[in-house]
Amino acid sequence: MLEIKNLHATVGGKEILKGVNLTIKDGEIHALMGTNGAGKSTLSNVIVGNPAYEVTEGSIIFNGQDLLAMKTEERANAGIFMSFQQPVEIPGVSMTNFMRAAVNARRAAQGKEPLKSTDFLKVMREKRKLVEIDQKLMNRSVNEGFSGGEKKRNEIFQMAMLEPTFCILDETDSGLDVDALRIVAQGFNTLRTAETSAMVITHYQRLLDYIKPDIVHVLIDGKIVKTGGPDLAVKIENEGFDWIKAEL
Amino acid sequence: MSESNEFVRNVAEKKYEFGFTTDIQTEIIDKGLNEDVIRIISAKKGEPEWLLQFRLDAYRYWLTQTQPTWGHVHLPEIDYQAISYYADPTAGKKNDGPKSVDDIDPELMKTFDKLGIPLEERLALSGTAVDAVMDSVSVKTTFKEKLSEKGIIFCSISEAVKEYPDLVKQYLGSVVPPKDNYFAALNSAVFSDGSFVYIPKNTRCPMELSTYFRINARNTGQFERTLIVCDEGSYVSYLEGCTAPMRDENQLHAAIVEIVIMDNAEVKYSTVQNWYPGDAEGKGGVLNLVTKRGHLRGVNSKLSWTQVETGSAITWKYPSCVLSGDNSQAEFYSVAVTNNHQEADTGTKMIHIGKNTKSTIISKGISAGKSQNSYRGLVRVNKNADGARNYSSCDSLLLGSECGAHTFPYMDIHNNTATVEHEATTSKISEDQLLYCNQRGISTEEAVGLIVNGYAKEVINKLPMEFAVEAQKLLSVSLEGTVG
Repeated sequence: MLEIKNLHATVGGKEILKGVNLTIKDGEIHALMGTNGAGKSTLSNVIVGNPAYEVTEGSIIFNGQDLLAMKTEERANAGIFMSFQQPVEIPGVSMTNFMRAAVNARRAAQGKEPLKSTDFLKVMREKRKLVEIDQKLMNRSVNEGFSGGEKKRNEIFQMAMLEPTFCILDETDSGLDVDALRIVAQGFNTLRTAETSAMVITHYQRLLDYIKPDIVHVLIDGKIVKTGGPDLAVKIENEGFDWIKAEL
Repeated sequence: MSESNEFVRNVAEKKYEFGFTTDIQTEIIDKGLNEDVIRIISAKKGEPEWLLQFRLDAYRYWLTQTQPTWGHVHLPEIDYQAISYYADPTAGKKNDGPKSVDDIDPELMKTFDKLGIPLEERLALSGTAVDAVMDSVSVKTTFKEKLSEKGIIFCSISEAVKEYPDLVKQYLGSVVPPKDNYFAALNSAVFSDGSFVYIPKNTRCPMELSTYFRINARNTGQFERTLIVCDEGSYVSYLEGCTAPMRDENQLHAAIVEIVIMDNAEVKYSTVQNWYPGDAEGKGGVLNLVTKRGHLRGVNSKLSWTQVETGSAITWKYPSCVLSGDNSQAEFYSVAVTNNHQEADTGTKMIHIGKNTKSTIISKGISAGKSQNSYRGLVRVNKNADGARNYSSCDSLLLGSECGAHTFPYMDIHNNTATVEHEATTSKISEDQLLYCNQRGISTEEAVGLIVNGYAKEVINKLPMEFAVEAQKLLSVSLEGTVG
C-alpha cells in the first residue's frame, strides 16, 4: 500500500506539489488526470526518487517503509516501477546487459544469487513474448533507435522482467497508435496480479478503456481537487477540466 | 547533490588494489646519473662494448636536451639525480639470473601470484607465456623452452643481448633511435630490462606473449626496453601489464617499445596499464613517459595497438606506426581513463609512406574528478603514399564538471590521393540516464560502470579475452562512483 500525506515538493526552487494526499491500496488502479503543469509528472518523479525534485513537507509510506528516506534504486528494488514518459537512450549498453544488471540488482536486494545466464535468457524470452517485443531490440543499446511505440513497449517489457508491486504509467499512451496501445495495455493487464497496484497518468480515456481504473483523481495546481469513479474520466474526456475548475 | 559528493569521496578513499610493497633484499645502486652509473649498469649486465657505446652516446645527447613542455600535462621538474637507475630484487639469490622457478625468491613468487601472474607454468593462464619484470630485472620468463621448439625467441632483453647479440644489434634503436626524444634518449642510456621477441619466418606464435612490469623499490626509475621482431609471414599477439606500489613520491617510468614487422606479418600489441595513479589529492603516482613505435617494413604487414590506460599520475605516450610497406595496415585502439588529479596526453602517430596504406584510430577518453585527458594524434601522408587512407574517431566522455577533455589532431598530408577522415564527439553521462538506471534498481556506481564499459566496448573487444575481462573490471573500479 502506498500512502502519500500532505506532500509538498519543489523543482528548481518552484513549488509544484502543494499538499497531495493519496492512498493506493494493493490491487487498486488509480488514474491521475489533470491539466498540463498541474504536477502529475512531479508526483511520479517524487515517488520514484528523482533527485532533481525536493520534498519540502509531507510523507510517503510504501508497505510500511519511509520511501523518502530511501535511495532511488532502493525504492525500485522495494517494488516501485515507473514507465517513463520519455525513456532515455543509453548508447553502448545493450538491453540484455541492462536488464541483467537490473534483475540481478533486484535479486541482490532480496538476498538472492544472480541468475545464471541461461536462466536469465530464458526469462527474457518468456517476457518478450508477453509484450510482443522483437528479439533484435534486445541486442541494441537501451532505447537507441527505438521507435516511439517500441520504447513504450520496452518499458512494459522491463516491468514484466522486474515484477513490481506498484507501477506508475506516466503517459504511456502518448505517441502510441491504437494497436500499440492495445498491446501495451494488454501486456500490463497480463502482468497484473491481485496485489499489483498502479497509478496511471493520462490525458485520454482511450488508455482507460483497456486499463480500467478503480478510482480517478484530478490534479490541478499541485493538489488533488476531485476524486471519483471511472465515470469521472469519461466526463473529463467529454467536457474537459473547466467545470472542475469552476467548482473550486 | 550530497549523494554525488558521497560517491566522489568513496572513490577518493578507494584503495589502489595493487599498492602493496614487497619486502625483499634488493640491490640498488646509488642515486644519481652520470657516465659511471651507465658503465655500472652495462657491466652488471655483462654487455658488449657496442651497447655501452650506444648508451653513452644516448646519454651525451640527452645532456644537451631539456624536458619537453608541449604536453597538456603538468610534468613536474624531475630531479634525475635523486633517482636510482638500477634495482635488482633477484640479487639476494643468484649467480647468473634465475633459471628455474626453484631459483626465484619465494617473496617474488608471492608478489607475482598476488598480482595474478603465476610464474609456475602449470598455474599459468591458458595459452599465455609471461616475462615478469620487477624494477630493473626480469625475474622469470615462462614457456621459453616450449616456444623455442618453433624457433621463437622470448626472453629478457638482457639475456637476448648475450644470447642473440646480432639480432639485438641489428634492430635495437632502429625504430626509436636514441635521439628520437628526450625520454627516449634517457631510456637508451639507462634501460634496464624488458622483453625480446623474435618470431621466425612463417610462424604463428602458438600462445599470447606477455610482459608484466612491476615497480617495487623506492626512489627508483623503471626504464624498460622491449623489442619485437616479427619476420615474414608470421604472427604474434603480445600483452603488457603494469602495476606499482603506492608511494607518496612520484615514480619515473620511461620505457621504449620497438616493433619491426616484415612482409605479410602481423603483430597485435595490447596494453593494460594500471600504474599507481597517485592519491585523491594528486600526491604520488607514476610518471609514465613512454615511446612506443612500430615499423611496418614489409608489404601487407599489419600492426594493431590496443591500450587501456587507467593508471599513472601522468601519462605521456603515443604508440605510433610507420607504414613503409605497400598495403600495410595499422590500427590504434585506445581507452584512457583519468580520475582525481590524473593527467593523460596520449594518442598516436600514423606515418603513411608506402602505397595503399591504411590506418584506423579509435580513441575513447574518459575523464572524471579533476583530471585532464587529452588525445593528441598525427596523421601524416608522405608524397609517395598514393591511395593512403586514414579514419580517426576521437570520443570523450566526461563524468562530472571539474574534469577536462581535449583533442589535438594534427594532419600533414602531402599526397592528394589520400583519404583522411576525422570525427570527434564529447558526451556526458546525463542525470536522466542515471535516473533511468536507478529506477530500474541499478545503483549509480554500477550504472556508470555499465555506461563506461559500453562506451569503451569497441576498444575492449579488440583485447584478447582474459585481458578484456580484466580491463572491464579495471574500468568499473577506476571510475566507481564518479557521477555525471
